[in-house]
Amino acid sequence: MNLKEWIFTTDHKRVGVLYLIGSIAAFIVAGVMALLMRLELSAVGPTITSNPTSYNVWLYAHGAVMILGFQIPALTGFFANYCIPLMIGAKDVAFPRVNALSVWLFYVGIVLALLTFFVPDPPDVMWTGYPPYSTITTGNTALYTFTVLILGFASIIGGVNFLTTIAYMRAPGLTWNKLNIFVWCTLAAFVLQLIFVPVLGTAVTLISMDKYLGTHFFDPTRGGDVLTYQNLFWFYSHPAVYVIFLPFFGVLFEIVATFAKNRVFNYKAVVFGGIGGIVLLAGEVWVHHLYVSGMVDWIRVGQMVTTLLISVPVGLMLIGLVGTLYKGSITFETPMLYALGVLFLFLIGGLTGIPLAVTSLTLHLSDTYYVVGHFHYVMAVAGTFSIFAGVYYWFPKMTGRMYNEFWGKLGFWITFVGTNIVFWTMMDIGVKGMPRRYYDYAHFAQFEPAHKLMTIGAVILGVGFAIALLNWIIGAIKGKPAGNNPWGSMSLEWTTVSPPPHGNWPSPPSVSEEWTPYAYGRR
Amino acid sequence: MNRKLKHWAGSALIALLSGGVIAAAAAAQSSEAVSEAGGKSLVQYLQKGEGRITDPAPGWDYLWTEVIIDITVIGILFALMTAYFIWRYRRVPGGPTVGSGPTLSTAAAVGWVVIPTFVFMADDFFIAANGWVLWNKYRDVPAERLEVQLESGMYSWDYTYPNGARTQNELIVPAGKPVLLRMTSRDTLHSHFIPDFRVKEDSMPGRVTYLWFLPREAGKEHVITCAEYCGVMHSYMAGRVIVKTPEEFKAWYDATGDSTRKSS
Ligand code: HEM
Ligand SMILES: [Cu+2]
Ligand SMILES: [Cu+2]
Repeated sequence: MNLKEWIFTTDHKRVGVLYLIGSIAAFIVAGVMALLMRLELSAVGPTITSNPTSYNVWLYAHGAVMILGFQIPALTGFFANYCIPLMIGAKDVAFPRVNALSVWLFYVGIVLALLTFFVPDPPDVMWTGYPPYSTITTGNTALYTFTVLILGFASIIGGVNFLTTIAYMRAPGLTWNKLNIFVWCTLAAFVLQLIFVPVLGTAVTLISMDKYLGTHFFDPTRGGDVLTYQNLFWFYSHPAVYVIFLPFFGVLFEIVATFAKNRVFNYKAVVFGGIGGIVLLAGEVWVHHLYVSGMVDWIRVGQMVTTLLISVPVGLMLIGLVGTLYKGSITFETPMLYALGVLFLFLIGGLTGIPLAVTSLTLHLSDTYYVVGHFHYVMAVAGTFSIFAGVYYWFPKMTGRMYNEFWGKLGFWITFVGTNIVFWTMMDIGVKGMPRRYYDYAHFAQFEPAHKLMTIGAVILGVGFAIALLNWIIGAIKGKPAGNNPWGSMSLEWTTVSPPPHGNWPSPPSVSEEWTPYAYGRR
Repeated sequence: MNRKLKHWAGSALIALLSGGVIAAAAAAQSSEAVSEAGGKSLVQYLQKGEGRITDPAPGWDYLWTEVIIDITVIGILFALMTAYFIWRYRRVPGGPTVGSGPTLSTAAAVGWVVIPTFVFMADDFFIAANGWVLWNKYRDVPAERLEVQLESGMYSWDYTYPNGARTQNELIVPAGKPVLLRMTSRDTLHSHFIPDFRVKEDSMPGRVTYLWFLPREAGKEHVITCAEYCGVMHSYMAGRVIVKTPEEFKAWYDATGDSTRKSS
């Protein structure tokens, strides 16, 4: 393998793999932060550090890196890059060089994020960076600003690229109604990124201007307003939840259809009702993050309704997914195991969001561990399991080799147990009053056993993830040859050799009238 | 029956059934709470005892139980259906090796959108209506009340009473009287959270926010804790609500007018 070829590559598959390596590295770093936090919280009082700032920096790094460095790049960087041109029968993306720029900007972002551990006063502003604290802290808010800007920029130039690719580079005969659900999901996610990332960029730029250049956007003593930041931030960061949610649901659809050897149930309802509905509603619900922030009453009540209505498109997507199992012929290899795990655990994550939509209930629940438990079920469990499912699923395509099925399944079950111990317990103590972002909990000492349990759970979870990572590394080096289409999928990416050559197919594919990526056993 | 019709009827049936189960569960839940609360719905529950002060905290527990039952029923329905499909349609030796999922007729496809949409929306509006009723309870402060100013800062809660009395981290209140906090902050964001009273609201510079609660039992203490990340010592920013009898409170109040009382 030639290093120079990888650095100067414009091949979408290599760019994808680079995204994967970077985001998995980010996941490991942020995971270590999670373990450090869990160790610190294993007992009341200082445990592994006596400096609250250390904890706050770990928490900042954990949150920011998990979202901006792991989930968004893994889903819209790795999966989109690797799969979309293959799924639509294209030789590459529309702008291969822009694509290379995007991945290297992403690496710059990762390096900036890692600088957190080397600068003298690391950022301690949490991934949300709320002023006034972010403008008065001795921590390095500028580093936060630039990390977010670079990673955001990397993502939107990727977005331009993929919208163009999907619109103009589909194989002959591959009409919009034959697109893989994953392609639709990614398309929608990038539309959201393009609309909303600039708002986030504005927000984080303005806090650094306030802090370093003497402006007063968020300083009420000089005519500014602290709440404006929160509105701008969540105006992006709620849609960001769907930037994560949509592609991971897309991955699930591919896997479930393949392992059930079945067509997607009610394809159009999923695409137009589910994905389309989410895009329409995504921008009208951000105030549910500001229910206790002192917003005017009418908007809190109004966005309670819009937030609850999100259950409609999400429900339609879930019906599509569960319906795809109906009359299938289901097998249970590792990718499917993770995917089915999500089908159950996402119910917990999604449904525990309903109380958080209800304004009056959040007066108690907001900013507690209940919230932390809820969003970990959505992101850390459903999101991460889907990413792992997807990596296992396309592993034979990427490497031409097979991972070890036994270790794959074992890793899944260990992770499954660990996540539930950790995140269920979080919700439980949250309802009882445990606030989030606490380095210590002297006045909530009754939760010490629960915190201990979560620390043990986190170690179990870590072991499960480590098994998966090792399984991939070992599989990539010396797994058995996998063949071109080990799962017997209909989707286009499996029609070329594994791993696909530069240009993907010797001659460009075209698809027939009856073909769809899910056309199993037509009657 | 022809196949398409069968699918269509089946779809409608499942959707209606799940809607029915949700509605039934919600009804059963409210009637169960009825006997306990002596009312029929959250509205009546909150209004029960005209002329007496009621506060949102028990209403919170009521609505929480209702919503939890609602989502548990939905969750179990979905989980059971998923589990059944996984088991029923697993590949068995000698069985089919490809799936035979239905191609939906236009009517069935639309039905599978419209019916679930209405079922979900019905549930959403049911929850939203209840949420709104409780919300109004939280935001309408009874006229007869003790009004205390709160200034939060890194890292203390500083209260000022109408007579000028000041306390720090100790909110001393009489039992049975609603307490209204008018809150602001001298530095960063903070959030005055009293888990026992199911209420919090952020305080910040440049705006005045409020919350209220009803301390019921004299002699009790309730933890106050900061719920909004405010800086390095955020997790140590705690205080107590100290509930006294009205007489004790009056004695304390009259003795401390315009003086400053500090405690940790
Ligand atoms: C691998 C196991 C994980 C464990 C044990 C874990 C644990 C934790 C803990 C203890 C906190 C701090 C809670 C607090 O002090 O308020 C936290 C916060 C957070 N975690 Fe995780 N986490 C894990 C995975 C993830 C993943 C995969 C994501 C992906 C999105 C994630 C996203 C977040 C976010 C966004 C926060 C909030 C940060 C903030 O408050 O600013 N976590 N996690
Ligand atoms: Cu949100
Ligand atoms: Cu605080």
